Amino acid sequence: MNQMTNTMTNAKPKYRLICGLEIHAELKTASKMFCGCTNNPFHAKKPNSHTCPVCLGMPGGLPVPNKKAIEQTIQLGIAVGSKINQFSKFDRKNYFYPDLAKGYQISQLDIPFCEGGEIKTPEGQVGITRIHLEEDTGKLLHNTVDNKKVSLVDFNRSGVPLVEIVSEPDITTPSQAKEYGKALRDLLRYLNLADCDMEQGGMRLEANISLIESTAPQGTLPDYKVEVKNINSFRFMEQAILYEMERQAKILDAGETPTQETRGWDSTKNKTYVQRAKEDAADYRYFPEPDIPPIEISDAHLAELKQQLPQLPSELRSDWETNYSIPLKTAKLLSPNSVAAAHVSDIFSLAQKSDIKPLEIANAIVNKKIAFSGTETAKEVIQHYQKLTQTDEVSGDELTIIIQAVIAENQDAAEKYKNGETQVIGFFIGQVARASDKKLDPKHVRSALIKELSQ
Amino acid sequence: MKLRSLTLAETRKKILEKSISQADVYNDIFASIAESNTELNVYLTTVDKKSALEKASAQISNELAGLPIAVKDNFCTRDMETTASSTVLKGFKPQFESTVTKKLQENGGVIIGKVNLDAWAHGSSTETSQYGRSLNPRNLEHLPGGSSGGSAAAVASDMCLAALGTETAGSIRQPAAWCGVVGLKPTYGRCSRYGVASMASSTDSPGPLAKTVEDAALVLNTIAGPDKYDATTSPKPAPDFTKTIGKSINDMKIGYIYHDLKGLETTAALFEPQLKVFEKLGAHVEKVDALDPNYSVGSYTVFQRGEVSSNLARYDGIRYGKDRSHFGEEAKRRIMLGTFTLSKGLAEKYYSLAQKVRTLYIQDYEKLFKEYDVLVSLSSPGFAKKIGATEGESMFGELEDMLLEPSSISGLPGISVPCYRDPKTNLYLGLNIVAPQWREDLVIQVGHAFERETKWNSWLNINESND
Amino acid sequence: MTKKNTPFTSAQMQHVAQLANLELTDTQAKKLATAFTETMEVVNRLQQLDISSVEPTHQVTGLTNRWREDEVDKSQEFTQEEALHNAAHTHNGYFVVPRIVNQDS
Ligand SMILES: [Mg+2]
Ligand SMILES: [Zn+2]
Repeated sequence: MNQMTNTMTNAKPKYRLICGLEIHAELKTASKMFCGCTNNPFHAKKPNSHTCPVCLGMPGGLPVPNKKAIEQTIQLGIAVGSKINQFSKFDRKNYFYPDLAKGYQISQLDIPFCEGGEIKTPEGQVGITRIHLEEDTGKLLHNTVDNKKVSLVDFNRSGVPLVEIVSEPDITTPSQAKEYGKALRDLLRYLNLADCDMEQGGMRLEANISLIESTAPQGTLPDYKVEVKNINSFRFMEQAILYEMERQAKILDAGETPTQETRGWDSTKNKTYVQRAKEDAADYRYFPEPDIPPIEISDAHLAELKQQLPQLPSELRSDWETNYSIPLKTAKLLSPNSVAAAHVSDIFSLAQKSDIKPLEIANAIVNKKIAFSGTETAKEVIQHYQKLTQTDEVSGDELTIIIQAVIAENQDAAEKYKNGETQVIGFFIGQVARASDKKLDPKHVRSALIKELSQ
Repeated sequence: MKLRSLTLAETRKKILEKSISQADVYNDIFASIAESNTELNVYLTTVDKKSALEKASAQISNELAGLPIAVKDNFCTRDMETTASSTVLKGFKPQFESTVTKKLQENGGVIIGKVNLDAWAHGSSTETSQYGRSLNPRNLEHLPGGSSGGSAAAVASDMCLAALGTETAGSIRQPAAWCGVVGLKPTYGRCSRYGVASMASSTDSPGPLAKTVEDAALVLNTIAGPDKYDATTSPKPAPDFTKTIGKSINDMKIGYIYHDLKGLETTAALFEPQLKVFEKLGAHVEKVDALDPNYSVGSYTVFQRGEVSSNLARYDGIRYGKDRSHFGEEAKRRIMLGTFTLSKGLAEKYYSLAQKVRTLYIQDYEKLFKEYDVLVSLSSPGFAKKIGATEGESMFGELEDMLLEPSSISGLPGISVPCYRDPKTNLYLGLNIVAPQWREDLVIQVGHAFERETKWNSWLNINESND
Repeated sequence: MTKKNTPFTSAQMQHVAQLANLELTDTQAKKLATAFTETMEVVNRLQQLDISSVEPTHQVTGLTNRWREDEVDKSQEFTQEEALHNAAHTHNGYFVVPRIVNQDS
């Protein structure tokens, strides 16, 4: 719950949240962004074993961009409705940190691959400002070695392709920030572009947070902005935004302006803390990367990328709802990625041809009533479902004998039925099922029971 | 005549004819190193003669026949110390090989050692080397030039048969001119920069320094061509650069630029008469005005130092080498200026301006090459400077390289060929020949024609230069 | 006509040095300020040129799309040993630096 609105349940809230997110996600490629090293930082056998002169920043190591990562970035842009810059380039962002091998990150400054677009959330659309491609840094571990406090550096992650998705400051509540992030994560996974493993840092969140007087006209932006970095879960992001809203509201109430600064989220103390003040705001000395010639995406190439893009999850899920009556929640569970979704679509269509309701199959899968690992063919899944609902053939005589025996044993209940308490039929169906060693069709049993009880 | 004073082409021929052995050549070259290296301070590292000779014998049937080559110490060579003449990299043994040295060795070149340069290739004298300056073998009171000063001096002193250098703006041609050797700066993108410590990424060009134009062409043949590890190399396959050796220059149009620059009067007077040879060979030489090279100094200074500040950021002493306090004065000065001109609010004013000026030079060349096949000028404003000349001169290199900078920042190929020797000092002037992009064949053709028709090459005219 | 620029100060040098991750002594800072003043004079002469109708040249090759296919290239990949070969301080396969932030992970 939004505490700020909580404390002002009756009054209109004094401030409005202005929030935009910057989200980084590691792309799923075989090799790194600018070298041929294995892109598998989380499952490497040894630290610093997926490294080479390029990603270790050796003298003369030169970047050669990964075509697939560029195409993936552009496909993400197409999926969110961005304008694609068919002429683009890379730039150097210069800063020093021990996990940054070259002393600069290859990124994109003024011509990102994608500009504009939007993501839908239950609380409204959030605009996308830009999507650009860059490289990840190495990883630091803080440790004590020989009684000395040290940091250990592993460069297996150095140079892993990273997309940065910057949103417009359209987010108006902490929960919307969470919904936006989740929608983006689901899309990245659905398109098989990224795994977005939040715990490992495969997806990282930064929020730009400020407040403005509720009475200010829509579209007015505050004259300050607080950036909260290093958030590694959607829940923490929601909490961080809430915390900031309260903190900033207090400052504004006192007639002051919150300091423009970068803060971090401390998930043990549940608060944000200052990381870098405005005075020493970084000066990244961007300039065009001289080692990489510009990228020009031809019309044909762009058309091909559009064509390769699978049906988007929102479209697919609404199709499922219309054609097969699959509710959104179930649909989401059955379409974690485009490959799985296509498979499930095949199952639904075969089900319909076999006179089985797709929703029943969907529920059977979701409720784990039938085995479903994703490797079964549509035909096999249908067969599994049929087996689940199949009943044994019993002769009418055999059934009548069982039913008569059950009625004889339960004369009281039979009397009740005759006196109009027809709901006891359920009890009888259960008893008959128990008395038989076969799998009986409940419909069939019911009609036979009614016949016998009514005599 | 000693074997060491044969050219690469001659030595190769004699080895293939079996009139001399590789061992004879190695014995004499290593004897030369033993005689001169201590005084000249050229080699920072040498390999053991025996192991070099073993490599050589395995390479005899390849292009360079296993002959001994010196390599500038900014090329990463596997397991061989690579310092870029800076103490930051003292003891650094790369675990990989630069593309150019890899190709060189695959084509029969044997690296016998790594030679001195201005630290990080910053300079035109070798005086910024943190391992001491090298001396000019032609006159020990003078500097060899730089930054490929060690490469030029190694060739001039017969301590190798040819050498590899790199040029960012003059760093092959200027030391070649000062040491009286041939220096060929290929088109930017012709030879891979992979594994070469970057100076200014947008102009760095590896290339050969050699005794003759033919030798330079032979070496270029082994190192040129596309490289999948350098995205700025041209995908065009490299041609055979020896094809235009000996080809007539009859009817060629040669533009003589920078003929009326202030301060160049004395050297221009010595230089101009040399151009008559071209007329004799049937070419037409005309004085023509080009965009004032003084502006290239400012343009180059800004973008080169910007790129330097970023390229040297990786040297933090964590993964290899020593920390940033080990940078010498010149490197610090360049990092600082580059950082300043790229900083907030200034990048547009300086960096972008510098790159626009660069465009002006490219456009000027395009215009000139509509009229002329090649352009010629002096390589350097004067003869080799005396040792200590760089003291307190923060723009020393840029001014010495001024005549070469416009072609460097435009990415064009150029060659410096000896074109005059001062009999009193034994110091040389160089003729700089520049051609359009990818036309190394033209500078080789014209350079070779000049070299054969004049007496200035000390190896082709042994008696002339011994006066 | 270009007006003479104001000379650089040591304080400015120290600020730039911080960005450049370099340490300067006072003497070095003073010397650098002088060199800056000299060099920037040469640079400022560029303003005499008419560049109103030119685009900047960042690269001279005219190449585009020099990308590579997404394939792992084992030929350039270092072993852990090779990666750490030249490092001054290593521990269990990691590079070691003085503690960056004050926390254990
Ligand atoms: Mg980023
Ligand atoms: Zn790598």
